[in-house]
Amino acid sequence: MVSYIFRRLLIMVPTLLAISMIVFIIIELPPGDYLESYVAELQAQGENVDPQHIEFLRENYGFGDPPVQRYLSWIGGMLQGDFGYSFEYRLPVTDVVGDRLFLTILVSMATILFTWMIAFPIGIYSATHQYSWGDYGLTFIGLLGLATPNFLLALILLYFANVYFGTSIGGLMDAEFIGKPWSLAKAISVLEHLWIPVVVIGTSGTAGMIRRLRANLLDELQKQYVTTAKAKGLAPFKALVKYPLRAALNFFISDIGNLLPSIISGAELVAVVMSLPTTGPILISALQSQDMYLAGSFLMFLATLTVVGVLISDLLLAWLDPRIRLMGANTK
Amino acid sequence: MDDLIRINDLRVEFSLLGGTIEAVKGVSMRIRPGSTVALVGESGSGKSVIAQSIMGILPKVGRITSGEILFADPDKNNEVIDIVSLSPDGQQMRDIRGGSISIIFQEPMTSLSQFHTVGDQIGEALHLHRDIGSKEGREAVEKMLRLVGFPDPSAAIDTYAFELSGGLRQRAMIAMALVCRPALLIADEPTTALDVSIQATILKLIKELQAELGMAVLMITHDLGVVANVADEVVVLYHGKVMESGCVGDIFGKPGHKYLQALIKAVPHFDMKAGERLTPVHEIDYESGPLMSAKEPWPSDLDKEATLLSVNGLTKHYTTRKQSWFGSREATRITAVDGVNFDIKRGECLGLVGESGCGKSSVSKLIMRAISSDAGTVTFNDRGNIVDLLSVEDEEMMPLRRKIQMIFQDPVGSLNPRMTVFDIIREPLVIHEIGSAREQADMVRELVRLVGLDPRFLNRYPHSFSGGQRQRIGLARALALKPDLLICDEPVSALDVSIQAQVLNLFKDLQKDLNLTYLFISHNLAVVDYIADRIAVMCRGRIVEIAPRELLFRNPVHHYTRRLMAAVPYPDLDRKLDFSSFEKLGSNEPASWPKPFAIRPDLPSAMFDLGGEHYVLAAEGTSPRELGS
Repeated sequence: MVSYIFRRLLIMVPTLLAISMIVFIIIELPPGDYLESYVAELQAQGENVDPQHIEFLRENYGFGDPPVQRYLSWIGGMLQGDFGYSFEYRLPVTDVVGDRLFLTILVSMATILFTWMIAFPIGIYSATHQYSWGDYGLTFIGLLGLATPNFLLALILLYFANVYFGTSIGGLMDAEFIGKPWSLAKAISVLEHLWIPVVVIGTSGTAGMIRRLRANLLDELQKQYVTTAKAKGLAPFKALVKYPLRAALNFFISDIGNLLPSIISGAELVAVVMSLPTTGPILISALQSQDMYLAGSFLMFLATLTVVGVLISDLLLAWLDPRIRLMGANTK
Repeated sequence: MDDLIRINDLRVEFSLLGGTIEAVKGVSMRIRPGSTVALVGESGSGKSVIAQSIMGILPKVGRITSGEILFADPDKNNEVIDIVSLSPDGQQMRDIRGGSISIIFQEPMTSLSQFHTVGDQIGEALHLHRDIGSKEGREAVEKMLRLVGFPDPSAAIDTYAFELSGGLRQRAMIAMALVCRPALLIADEPTTALDVSIQATILKLIKELQAELGMAVLMITHDLGVVANVADEVVVLYHGKVMESGCVGDIFGKPGHKYLQALIKAVPHFDMKAGERLTPVHEIDYESGPLMSAKEPWPSDLDKEATLLSVNGLTKHYTTRKQSWFGSREATRITAVDGVNFDIKRGECLGLVGESGCGKSSVSKLIMRAISSDAGTVTFNDRGNIVDLLSVEDEEMMPLRRKIQMIFQDPVGSLNPRMTVFDIIREPLVIHEIGSAREQADMVRELVRLVGLDPRFLNRYPHSFSGGQRQRIGLARALALKPDLLICDEPVSALDVSIQAQVLNLFKDLQKDLNLTYLFISHNLAVVDYIADRIAVMCRGRIVEIAPRELLFRNPVHHYTRRLMAAVPYPDLDRKLDFSSFEKLGSNEPASWPKPFAIRPDLPSAMFDLGGEHYVLAAEGTSPRELGS
């Protein structure tokens, strides 16, 4: 097992290298660079452009260098913890992202928890009560959740939260706490605001997971070993949790690999609509303004999450499913 | 009440989409303590439904409408309880289920969870019904595993079901059912999915455990051979009604009911005279037409008895992956097919018998080039034109594929559920671009009549046909290209005895009418004996004995063949299985066989000609006298 983990970690290195090349190429693909769009923007606003300042920036950040050299210095910097400089914010990338990263992770984790807490009981109920009124009703609500666009749900929830609870519109906390150090009042304010983005971001994922859990569990419930468990005299609920639910969990664990990046990237549009102080809106504006180091670091961050997520789900699967653990050596 | 179980006028109804179906129509029967009752009937006769009713595990759509199931629970001083009146998931029923009455199923693979160790699943049953500590529990489970014949119980307790062979899985299942020492064991077709020799050991095991634990057994089966060997009393079920019941001697001695008489006649057995026909419960009427008989003729100067297919030194290895996910492991090479030789003459039927995993299906796949061989040749005589099937190019193989067709074991899995029967039978003609659409349609209609089906049903889908009918659809598809050779891989082993007789007779008749040659693969010795002209016995990838059918089973020479023969249960009370002498014949491990049949790397072996086309595998240098012929 140890050597397996080690080998998997080793494989991650070339994977991430390949991803970094693709990310770099994609960022370089559009014509021009940040400085050109910066100059164009300044001129459009009728401001004077100091050619010397532009030239200085061009020199300093190696815009004139050949792409390979720029790629190497970008990668080299990242390895040392230097993610580059955001032109737009005129700050190192770490400073731009840093304080937002915590809130992003908070929103994401809360969303994952929300998804699991809602999807599991409903999925199990739907599968064990197939074709009952409860199943139809929950399926209908689930499909509604799947079909409603996130931003629309966000606007509706924001409105009602404001009308009924007096929650301020947008953001993750009341305006007075922004930029202030953490305190109990600030934490409460964050919790007050948190549920809206969590519900909004989590709804479609929850609905999807209910459908998948129901389908998987229905397959498993047909199987003979469920009857065996019942024939032993096991109580129905215990028999359900120990045998078919366990078998239906495989899909759910393999899903973890996709879960992290999809929640973090899927949340971006919502974050813009709700003006959340998370990382999403920065990524979008960085891509728009060709702020290459910021955008590149972001994409690498998402890629790393995916690779790590897949590793975690593979390890969990091997740990949970003895067939994977013990039969890996056999070929059919 | 003297009886352990008494069922009075039980009626069970299933509500399905189209309405309700009464699966059990007023059944009354009894099980006495410590005795074995066999419940006999074909699939759909309601025998499993009765078992589910006793256990309280009917599917959701099933409902007991009337009747009672009285159970005198020995754990509670023979207090009589009506199981029908209990709530199926209530505490009282759950105490009975698994504690006083337990069940084993047909499929040992799917009956056990893949995620939990064998010890966990057996121990669970124990802890549910007995107040016992985890350490004592483990000891009890180990003791039980030893009792059911696990060689190393303390290691077996931590294995998973997928690591065990089919026979061991069924033993684990039995251990799970018996760990609480129930008063009644329901065995629902416990050996149907197993080979004859494993079947014999499992039946023996159930009998021994029954004597030791003093429990009653309800044996559900459609195999009259099994019934004759284990039952004290027999209940014959047909369409949810009891046709006949009584003690086993009366039932076999003078079967009163026509259905039972018909059932006994439908089972192939070794005492059949040459040319004797099985009498199925319903015979198939079929008619051959002009299109099928118009076959490409063979040159008249060619020998009528020419060899059609010749297999020489056919070998196939499987290698397991060198590296597992968790570090490297020794690569193991399994020889699935090990230098197999045989010939099939034109118009002949060669039977290939062996236990599961002996490589008989691999041989058929190698001949069809579905898998690639490692060594050997397969030469096919295409009307005087001799070709090696294993070395011809793909485009040359295409026309040859018309000459060899295949029929599979699983009547469900081998037909595409999304195609109509018409499209399924027509598909080979479309692939090989034979005839116009109209000619193809005519051909399909003739083919279904040939296998005794009604052409009006051609636009239906496979699911609306029974297993036997589906197998006939598979046969029609295989015949569409007018092949010379049909490879039949266990074509009747998924069918009930009455249907089996029907299909076997159809195979025989069509062979004669259409001048077909068969390679007939089966693990059922009696079936092969009925249909084949010559029989090859296969074990561990080798053919150990090959002979004409009248010689092989009358005078088996090879140790392995004798062992197989000793394991066959006869539907005859005077010839019960002799479990102890079967035991003495040892395992199916070639190295453990007695001289001169033992196969070890240091003992080269060869085929010996015993005369009359009877060949047997033995160590080199053995004298014919030693072979005991």
